[in-house]
Amino acid sequence: MNLFQDALAWLTDPERSAGPNPLVDRIGEHLWYTLLALVVSALIAIPLGYLIGHTGRGRQLAVLGSGAARALPSLGLLTIFTLLVGVGNAQVAAIAVFVILGVPSILAGAYAGVEAVDRTVVDAARAMGMTETQILFRVEAPLGLPLLLGGLRSAALQIIATAVLAAYVGLGGLGIYIQRGISLRTYDEMLGGAILIVLLALAVDALFAIGERVARRAIGSGPTRSRPRPDRPEPLTTDQQSTLEEIR
Amino acid sequence: MIEFRGVGKRFADGTDAVIDFSLVMPSHQVTVLVGSSGSGKTTILRMINRMVDATEGEVEIDGENVATLEPVQLRRRIGYVMQSAGLLPHRRVLDNITTVPRLNGMGRATADELGLSLMDTVGLDRSLARRYPHQLSGGQQQRVGVARGLAVDPNILLMDEPFGAVDPIVRADLQAELMRLQRDIGKTVVFVTHDIDEAFLLGDQVVILATGGVIAQKGTPAEILANPASDFVADFIGADRGRRSLRIVEQAGRRIVVDGDGRAAGVLTDDSAAR
Ligand SMILES: Nc1ncnc2c1ncn2[C@@H]1O[C@H](COP(=O)(O)OP(=O)(O)OP(=O)(O)O)[C@@H](O)[C@H]1O
Ligand SMILES: [Mg+2]
Repeated sequence: MNLFQDALAWLTDPERSAGPNPLVDRIGEHLWYTLLALVVSALIAIPLGYLIGHTGRGRQLAVLGSGAARALPSLGLLTIFTLLVGVGNAQVAAIAVFVILGVPSILAGAYAGVEAVDRTVVDAARAMGMTETQILFRVEAPLGLPLLLGGLRSAALQIIATAVLAAYVGLGGLGIYIQRGISLRTYDEMLGGAILIVLLALAVDALFAIGERVARRAIGSGPTRSRPRPDRPEPLTTDQQSTLEEIR
Repeated sequence: MIEFRGVGKRFADGTDAVIDFSLVMPSHQVTVLVGSSGSGKTTILRMINRMVDATEGEVEIDGENVATLEPVQLRRRIGYVMQSAGLLPHRRVLDNITTVPRLNGMGRATADELGLSLMDTVGLDRSLARRYPHQLSGGQQQRVGVARGLAVDPNILLMDEPFGAVDPIVRADLQAELMRLQRDIGKTVVFVTHDIDEAFLLGDQVVILATGGVIAQKGTPAEILANPASDFVADFIGADRGRRSLRIVEQAGRRIVVDGDGRAAGVLTDDSAAR
């Protein structure tokens, strides 16, 4: 418990905002790497996932590739990439590592979302005369949005957790406190940094949870407030009333 | 007019769903394809709008071979209504109905106007326009499906067991509505069902199919009832079980028509007296 009090004291120390290593800057860096990696991952994974989901082809390959990407040790990869591109370009190496981490979840979310759409709905859309592109963007993509957001959500959380590694190649981020804490044995600093990462992750998670709810609502499934409740029986039409009377 | 000439369909897995099918479906009439499950009704229907491509023979619409037409353009001028309605769950009723006109470039205001009038046409209250499909009853969803099928004012309306998933009372209601509608609009309707009563009720031409899309008999309901071509047909239309045979029973000086189960179906009147 003592350690937690120390960590809290460290977190609330005025030094954290005024000192040479301000929290806000580190949080900013951490979020920036996360956002950048998430955007790049999404740009790669969403088109690919939609293609796989819509055509039903390449799924096997995606599963294999994702498995391999997930099995790669991030720290080792980061070291190799940094050596390859040079320390001056460490940022590129770090983003590349985070992207490799983020792509599999987003890819799975994208194609699972498309695959989850009721096939009779897609069939009806095609029979009406929608082109394949229209089916993808007007039917499959919106209906698959909650699952895609789920994929983005887990990718974001994994990247936030792994962005700690940025500190190891001199890029800062919240990992710097953990790294310093370990080497200097300043455990209040290390725990304080860890707590911040957890809080960041929880905040981002909550944001995505809200996003998923909004998406579900927007596609007309799930509970609604402003619209009539589906479980409330409809008032009978006069036609139905007379039918009822005939039956009685 | 839709004409099938020697049409066959073999699916990729080797299933021969339809074998050497030839039929003329006259314009402005209702042709009902009726047959048991797996007889190829849906496959035949979907070869008209190229949702399925024939592997043998030709399908022609007004003399034009559909194989030469672009599928998307072809489908946009043919209405399609299916059993599950297949409505877009994320779009409101009005947007569902006007999907194709909007795709064809119709402005929103005009499309909404059209959608609302189509709701009137199929007997849907306009107050439902802003609901989502899951907020409608099965019968209402089916009406939306029909309205959507009519949205581009197609000459041809394909209906694949459109009333198969609703309860009998609602079904009777929808059938009556469709007959009233057809009197007004006179579309070339191809209607698929496995319910022979529905076939006789709606069909100008009824086509009874056996496995492989083999035509067991075709004709008007009266022709088929008067002269079932085979035991298969007799069995299918229920003639052998006496379900279709009505008897006349004299009671209190009047002639009562009684059905196969002995239930009174009505009173027989002289033609002259009826007028
Ligand atoms: N995509 C497909 N691939 C392979 N076989 C198919 C395919 N679609 C249909 N079939 C087969 O073709 C035959 C005819 O099917 P179809 O759907 O046309 O029958 P149906 O008369 O509409 O039956 P139901 O009343 O059950 O709807 C069946 O044996 C079916 O299994
Ligand atoms: Mg069928």
